[in-house]
Amino acid sequence: MQYLLLIYGNEADRVNATKADMETMFAQYRDFTQSILQSGHMKAGDALQPTTTATTVRVRDGKTLRTDGPFAETKEQLAGYYLVEAKDLDEATKLGARIPGARTGSIEVRPIMEMPKGYPRP
Amino acid sequence: MNANATIEDVFREERGRVLATLIRLLGDFDLAEEALGAAWEAAVRQWPRDGWPDNPRAWLIRAARNKAVDDRRRRAREELQAEPAATVPASSDDGGAESPQAPDDRLRLMFTCCHPALAVEAQVALTLRTLAGLGTEEIARAFLVPAATMAQRIVRAKQKIRGARIPYRVPDDDELPERVDAVMAVIYLVFNEGYAATSGDELVRRELGAEAIRLGRLLVELMPGRPAPRGLLALMLLHDARREARVTPEGDLVVLEEQDRTRWNQAQIHEGLALVDEALRGGPADTFALQAAIAALHARAARAADTDWRQIVALYARLFAVQPSPVVLLNHAAAVAMADGPSEGLRLLDQLEASGTLPRYHWLPAARADLLRRLGRRAEAARAYEQALALVGNEAERRYLQRRLDELAR
Repeated sequence: MQYLLLIYGNEADRVNATKADMETMFAQYRDFTQSILQSGHMKAGDALQPTTTATTVRVRDGKTLRTDGPFAETKEQLAGYYLVEAKDLDEATKLGARIPGARTGSIEVRPIMEMPKGYPRP
Repeated sequence: MNANATIEDVFREERGRVLATLIRLLGDFDLAEEALGAAWEAAVRQWPRDGWPDNPRAWLIRAARNKAVDDRRRRAREELQAEPAATVPASSDDGGAESPQAPDDRLRLMFTCCHPALAVEAQVALTLRTLAGLGTEEIARAFLVPAATMAQRIVRAKQKIRGARIPYRVPDDDELPERVDAVMAVIYLVFNEGYAATSGDELVRRELGAEAIRLGRLLVELMPGRPAPRGLLALMLLHDARREARVTPEGDLVVLEEQDRTRWNQAQIHEGLALVDEALRGGPADTFALQAAIAALHARAARAADTDWRQIVALYARLFAVQPSPVVLLNHAAAVAMADGPSEGLRLLDQLEASGTLPRYHWLPAARADLLRRLGRRAEAARAYEQALALVGNEAERRYLQRRLDELAR
């Protein structure tokens, strides 16, 4: 079964990060990504640019509304994700716990809704 | 005795274990419950007529599985299934229930009901519903929530198990200690709810206490190699042993010091004391083992005056190390008062009050009041009892505090 692992963290903390901190984090993510690719768990994953680059789109009464910023102001912001294949929730949460961001932020583990056969897929 | 009554006894005895196995075989809580209901109906019809099976459990499992297979075939005929449902091997296989080494799936069920991905209140509700077989209404009454709320809670828990695919298994060794802790926490919550005079009616409370002890026994039985469950069972048995002496027929509270110890259940105490020893010998003592050890010291004292307070003080200090809560500090201070005199205890209680970590707990001012009274500082004692009365919620406890206050006026 597939799960989306949503990586949340406080962007404000990253403001104080040194270049060395950033390099360490990058290396940790690279190692983690490599390992779940090799184990066959990883289906997809990306880091996201910060919420300062976000735009929120809503369509109401036929009108398209675009606003600057994420959909809501939250204490922690979405920083990235992994889409993984795991046999059950325990396996998915174990993967989530290994994500470097889990140590300072929160990883939301959300099961993918299984769609009927024939539903469009890439 | 009519045949139906005996069948009910068998059912009550086997229900939990059969359900646990059916959940494993059918892969779904609701399917398992439905199938069990059908098997039960079939048993009530057939056993008086055809004679009783040698192995009632295996019979029930087989009957339930056959019903589930029939249902699935019928559903498949009636509608085009979007997703393949959990496979139900159609055979006369009873899931191994015939063999002497038949797996006791109740351990899986316990760990699944108490999975950390479920909210604690959902863990409690699901455990009571599936393992203890209590009705939704009963559980709702026990926890003072509307029946509909409790029903929703249980439905959502099952949806989460299904939707997020919470696995139906005993956790791996590396996760086992913390998962066992979670199970024990749920059992203890149920026990405390049975003890709290804030919960529902008397009958329901006793049922909860008895259920908790039954679940505690099951956990010990299913995990014989682990000492921790023994500590929990010991604690519950030793507390429950004092049940008859805690309350007067009028429903008034009797504190430990004043309890008629001849009304303590010696058989439970005997069992509890043995379990405490086993729990403490098994490894580093956890909160349950230490609380049980304290209860054991009270149980060993034939009269209140015989209590080994020095040891109790030492145990509370150890308990604080594993469970640094202000309530433990309070109990520690009360024990110090008994061991070293009221002034010493009061000093610690005053520190605790000043720390502000127990602002609304009525037993803190009540404990201060008791020590002030012993020191002859009656006016201050009266004020402390009034403070406690302003905070107390429970009727029996309120009457107790009022009685103490009235005594001071004489």
